[in-house]
Amino acid sequence: MKPFTIHRGKTAGIDRVNIDTDQIIPKQFLKRIERTGFGQFLFYDWRYLSDGTPNPEFELNRPENEGATILVAGDNFGCGSSREHAPWALQDYGFRAIIAPSFADIFYNNCLKNGLLPIRLDQEDVRYLLQQSERADYELTVSLEEQRVFDDEGFSRPFDIDPYRKKLLLKGWDEIDLTFVYESHIAAYEQKHCPRP
Amino acid sequence: MKPKTIIEKIWENHVVYREEGKPDLLYIDLHLVHEVTSPQAFEGLRQNGRKVRRPDLTFATMDHNVPTVNRFVITDEVARNQIAALERNCREFGIPLADLHSEEQGIVHVIGPELGLTQPGKTIVCGDSHTSTHGAFGALAFGIGTSEVEHVLATQTLWQHKPKTLQIRINGQLGKGVTAKDVILAIIGRYGVGVGTGYIIEFTGEAIRRMSMEERMTICNMSIEAGARAGLISPDETTFAYLRGRKYAPKGEEFDQAVERWRALASDEGAEYDKTIEIDASTIAPMVTWGTNPSMSTSVDGTVPDPEQFESETERNAVRRALEYMGLKPGMSITEIPVQHVFIGSCTNSRISDLREAAKIVKGQKVAPGVRALVVPGSQQVKKQAEEEGLAQIFLDAGFEWRDAGCSACLGMNPDIIPEGEHCASTSNRNFEGRQGKGARTHLVSPAMAAAAAIYGRFVDVRQLEAEPVR
Repeated sequence: MKPFTIHRGKTAGIDRVNIDTDQIIPKQFLKRIERTGFGQFLFYDWRYLSDGTPNPEFELNRPENEGATILVAGDNFGCGSSREHAPWALQDYGFRAIIAPSFADIFYNNCLKNGLLPIRLDQEDVRYLLQQSERADYELTVSLEEQRVFDDEGFSRPFDIDPYRKKLLLKGWDEIDLTFVYESHIAAYEQKHCPRP
Repeated sequence: MKPKTIIEKIWENHVVYREEGKPDLLYIDLHLVHEVTSPQAFEGLRQNGRKVRRPDLTFATMDHNVPTVNRFVITDEVARNQIAALERNCREFGIPLADLHSEEQGIVHVIGPELGLTQPGKTIVCGDSHTSTHGAFGALAFGIGTSEVEHVLATQTLWQHKPKTLQIRINGQLGKGVTAKDVILAIIGRYGVGVGTGYIIEFTGEAIRRMSMEERMTICNMSIEAGARAGLISPDETTFAYLRGRKYAPKGEEFDQAVERWRALASDEGAEYDKTIEIDASTIAPMVTWGTNPSMSTSVDGTVPDPEQFESETERNAVRRALEYMGLKPGMSITEIPVQHVFIGSCTNSRISDLREAAKIVKGQKVAPGVRALVVPGSQQVKKQAEEEGLAQIFLDAGFEWRDAGCSACLGMNPDIIPEGEHCASTSNRNFEGRQGKGARTHLVSPAMAAAAAIYGRFVDVRQLEAEPVR
């Protein structure tokens, strides 16, 4: 996993609630057997018109959002299917962090496993960032170390993250390697409980 | 001793390692695998030279991509590759697989219970959000992403924080024509798609106790649509009776011993939950969704809402957008919505009792002109049983298409796709934009409501069907 320490970048806002993973990466693109190359299909049905040309109305296609690396959206982002293709697509497109008032549980976990940082902020703060995102020159900094997002204009907010996940993200560690450290505990559990089909 | 919920009991039984400041390391008893969310996980194992720790606790099938007619002719090359990859991976890592030739093949959440793999007290995961289905047996079952699939394959464990507990109590009895599907749609409609976020739901109350296992599976299946990764129901005699004699269930004396253990798992009298919601079963009517998430629903005798009546601008925008996508006008009666497609299937409603309920309505009738109606059994075993019971013939005689098992039109990853702009009465679980096909307009309903929509070409109130013909 790519480590996440501090990131500064442009924000892009999608002011909608309950953005589901079927929108983030539609099902016709789930058949690949690799983890890479999903960015081109991100938000496909919203991003492209029926003839395959970009939909100029869709937020990510607006000129001011070109090159954005931080996505700002409404409540319950990432609801629905467990497809990890959703964080893969967001990351492959270029996003490093997502800010929303709330996230769906499975999606939130999936992001953390891929070095894509999901950040929960209050409604009013997300509202503020959605407004700022309409500017082409607005940049935000996300510091995982400090657990803080801030801009150059005085906006600064702390955010919560599980300390264990934070450590893994900062170091970019492979969780499976870490779990192997507990091999003897797993073996002892199996000895005691004899799990079987 | 302090009374405990079933959630706490199962959790404590599975802690492999606990340390302050870390999630618990939980043991996983059953890992179900399908073709779409597993290839990258197996590839990860190969790249790191890792093995599958417990292939015997892992079980695979193919369901999402599978064509439901001519199942051996997969014309989509990428889908064919994905299915071939699962076959290869199962062979290489020694994982049992119910492939397209197996009479045990079917939707992963249908075959787990059917084969008796799903049992009370187990921790069950699968790279699929509808894994919550298995909670109907009093198992702790939740969907995971592909990285977690890889972690479970390699270690048979997951690092998890204990979620909060939400009790949803359904008091009293359901009215005639009101099904488990209507109950879960009503819960989500009243409390929203985020009510269960951060929680595990336990469904309790008289209405739940009276339900069959298959009805309970429908309820738990859609816990995720309420935001909860897992939803479960304490096991009881109904659970034990369902499991007795199933292929992987314990046999003979071992079964009786298992029942004793399972009985002790049920939530204790007086156990505390972080949150409790109570619903009076008699207030629930047959439900139909009118929008683009499962909370956007009303009873069949209701109307399409006016966006202006919603409190916040965010909600008003979401409703406006949904109505535009769905091609519906505020104030329109639900029973005026024309239906061009009917899909009876999916991990929510494709079990034998679902097909029986639908067949009751369909028997002796014909599918309305201009309607295309599909019945897709959840497993090859359900298919066989329905054929033996004469249900398949009832559907065929009425003009339904009768298919092989798979996820089919629930998510349109296979050739079963609903065309743009057309309305589909669907027994599946998600009415998101584009879910059943680009521009497809999905209305979530129970099997009986879907069957009635096929016959009448619009939504009708199934409660009125037996009393007097609608036509």
